[in-house]
Amino acid sequence: MADSDLANLSDQLALGAVLLYVVAMVGYALDLGFGRRRARAEAERAEPVEALVGAGGGGVAEAPPAEASAASAEEEGAERVERDWGRFAILINLLGWGAHLGMLVTRGLAAERWPWGNMYEFLSAIAFAAVTAYLVVLARYKARFLGAFVMVAAVLALGVATIWLYTPVGPLVPALKSYWIAIHVTAAIVATGAFTVGGAATILYLVQSRREERGASGGALDMLPGAQTLDRLAYKVTVFSFPIWTFAIIAGAIWADEAWGRYWGWDPKEVWSFVTWVVYAGYLHARATAGWKGRRAAVISLVAFAALLFNFFGVNYLFSGLHSYAG
Amino acid sequence: MTQAQREDTGTSVEQTGRAAGGSRTGSGGMGPLGWLRWGWRQLTSMRTALILLFLVALGSVPGSILPQRGQAPEKVAEYLAEHRTLGPWLDRLSLFDVFAAPWFAAVYILLFVSLAGCVIPRARQHWRAMRSAPPPAPRRLSRLPQSASFRTDRDAEQVLAQARELLRRRRFRVAEGADSVAAEKGYLGEIGNLTFHLALLMLLLAVAAGAMLGYRGNIVLTEGGAFANSLAYYDQFTPGRRFDPDRLAPFSIRLEDFRASFVTDPGPQQGQALDFTAEIFYRERPDGPEKPYDLKVNHPLGVGGAKVYVLGHGYAPRFTVRDGKGDVAFRGAVPFLPLEQRTFTSEGVVKVPDARPEQLAFQMVFWPTAVADTRNRQIVSRFPAPLNPTVSLMTFKGDLGLDSGVPQSVYRIEGIGKTLQPVRDGSAVLKQGETFQIPGGAGSITFDGVQEYVSLAINHDPGRGPALAAAVLAVAGVIVSFTVRRRRVWVRAVPGEDGRTVVEIGGLTLGNPTAEFDDLVAALRRDDPPADEAAERSGAGSADETEE
Ligand code: HEM
Repeated sequence: MADSDLANLSDQLALGAVLLYVVAMVGYALDLGFGRRRARAEAERAEPVEALVGAGGGGVAEAPPAEASAASAEEEGAERVERDWGRFAILINLLGWGAHLGMLVTRGLAAERWPWGNMYEFLSAIAFAAVTAYLVVLARYKARFLGAFVMVAAVLALGVATIWLYTPVGPLVPALKSYWIAIHVTAAIVATGAFTVGGAATILYLVQSRREERGASGGALDMLPGAQTLDRLAYKVTVFSFPIWTFAIIAGAIWADEAWGRYWGWDPKEVWSFVTWVVYAGYLHARATAGWKGRRAAVISLVAFAALLFNFFGVNYLFSGLHSYAG
Repeated sequence: MTQAQREDTGTSVEQTGRAAGGSRTGSGGMGPLGWLRWGWRQLTSMRTALILLFLVALGSVPGSILPQRGQAPEKVAEYLAEHRTLGPWLDRLSLFDVFAAPWFAAVYILLFVSLAGCVIPRARQHWRAMRSAPPPAPRRLSRLPQSASFRTDRDAEQVLAQARELLRRRRFRVAEGADSVAAEKGYLGEIGNLTFHLALLMLLLAVAAGAMLGYRGNIVLTEGGAFANSLAYYDQFTPGRRFDPDRLAPFSIRLEDFRASFVTDPGPQQGQALDFTAEIFYRERPDGPEKPYDLKVNHPLGVGGAKVYVLGHGYAPRFTVRDGKGDVAFRGAVPFLPLEQRTFTSEGVVKVPDARPEQLAFQMVFWPTAVADTRNRQIVSRFPAPLNPTVSLMTFKGDLGLDSGVPQSVYRIEGIGKTLQPVRDGSAVLKQGETFQIPGGAGSITFDGVQEYVSLAINHDPGRGPALAAAVLAVAGVIVSFTVRRRRVWVRAVPGEDGRTVVEIGGLTLGNPTAEFDDLVAALRRDDPPADEAAERSGAGSADETEE
């Protein structure tokens, strides 16, 4: 296949991925919106908790609460419908993920390099990392409730990338010709994707804990797990992403030493990745030792996520620094 | 372990760190010494270190928003010219030199002191804790965040022996009491924490040492030109405060050829750079052998402890200038400043102080691939490579002012309209090989051809290796400290009234309770008949959400 055919294929796959994600998003939303009564949700709630703790070393399985088995026939019917929406959404999500992967691979083949040399490619790759992180969380912790929210983020990111940032396939500028792009940028992408999933869980945690405090019930939010579970999920995902982010920064510093002759020069990108790092470290610290817990810690983690987003959009478009591939 | 902590088991794990300073003070009123001690304790607490770290991050933010002198002095000047009232105020707060500002230094020096003051007593404390026995079992194990109890037909000795064995196998440190076993593990968490703090200290030291002992400088090298590493050759040189110029490594570099390639396919990317290579030869010592090297972006040369980087490149057109008497007053290549990367339209000046009777100067624009833009009746450059090199020039004569002793930029002519006057009809456009006769018999200028130059940065930073080691250590430490928790388990077995043995197990973990506790309980119970009617679980199991 000629490079231009591959490039076209990549663009079509991007479109396909967006469409599939939109359908999956609707499916996940229906899954959240229909069916299960509170009792059901309650019963399922125990499940992710076990899974979360189990990751630390084989939790003890508990029998589901008694009221769960008392569901009437009518409810079971409703449940089947709802479960089917969930399955449908996951299936479409997986198809979208495949298209998304294909998009990145064909792009890389067409350009004959790592497909993250400009903002279009970079943002597409972050969206891919976020969806992948979600699928991992889905498999490990049965966190299907995050699906709708991650799909929204993925659709937004891919949409912004294709509409405003689109760049035709082309060679790298000399500044980016280095094997460090595979190390530094890949780490930044993986960490950003995972932080995004952590951010989604954190926002849901804040909403849910406020609701639980007020004793509110009803509506689609009943289908979410309890606040504690969400909080733990957010924590786990962030604990996973943080070392990768740290690694990305250190790799960036080594690369900067190689390319610009200094490992740290307070370039705007360096400043903001440092700020992001410190604030996430503050969150993890607050969570790991006594002191700030719960909502206050969650707010810190959202501040860190905001710094991360600002580093991407704000720094690349507002400031001129050495990371000036954004133009 | 102090007595106070032993009694207060509920928080003892958390307190081990702070105990060192805390037990000594607190008696009597607060004299000046008391306040000092209090201040020191505040400064060296973990929380203060964390807040200071936050402040460093916060303080660096204006440095990313406002232009900085260290990076772009011309933008600072521009900003000051545009913001006449706000600018000077920001300047007074050092906001254009954030990373060299006294307040920024104050924050990180405080952080430095705080870290040192925090980590040293903590390390001593931890060393002691690691060698002393785990604290004995508190009276009521059921009050602990994690607890369980059951009855069994085995006798107490058997159960305790099993517990010891089990806990040892799980790499707990175990101590025996009369009717109980105490165990503790997870010391690595604290070690990780201490490592992180020490590594942060090391990092700050390495950065400071590198900046003090090293140097950085810039040079411009035209094809065929050479450079020897001594102060006289640098266009710009910034030594560290403790740098000794006699220690400049005696290497030398010669630029043989510079090659650049660009995207030629028509389209939006036409003219984008693909590759630059500076083909150089260098010697480590004046009497050493000459070695070749391909210097590129992302491919610096390491020589004599210094590193040499390509910062940029440009064109240096060659000219011959004859003066009014017909003598050659100037011959050579003059580096021009690129105005734009995509087309490499560049500007520069040629100053001819040797021209007689009057000195000459030329202000020029250079187009590597000149084409006529018919619509605007202008010349533009279409491509960054020299396919049709062309210069336009404007001639001045008079006094260049070079004798006044004030240093001048090689890219600008000073004194236009004062000591230097434009020559009437002194403008021309020249292609390679063409000559312009300056009106009034003032001489001529010939555009002989084009060479390329590279601008190089040379630096020596002895702190880079230690800084990297410290950063890696800090990360390893912080990850360990986030993931490994100090935890204690106690098992007590006593004969009950019914003759069966009552086994009580209690667990205390800093942070979240772990599933490990449930595994231990399950393992201890394994030998008992499953339907043990007295089995009861209380408090927090793994599914419990309490985090105390
Ligand atoms: C201390 C040095 C460095 C730090 C702290 C750093 C930090 C970062 C961060 C945080 C990102 C994530 C993207 C974002 O959120 O915008 C990033 C992306 C990136 N960095 Fe760096 N970086 C450093 C050095 C370098 C160097 C030397 C280069 C290459 C010359 C480089 C090239 C890139 C590229 C290409 C991306 C991805 C953006 C894209 O694909 O357009 N970085 N960097």
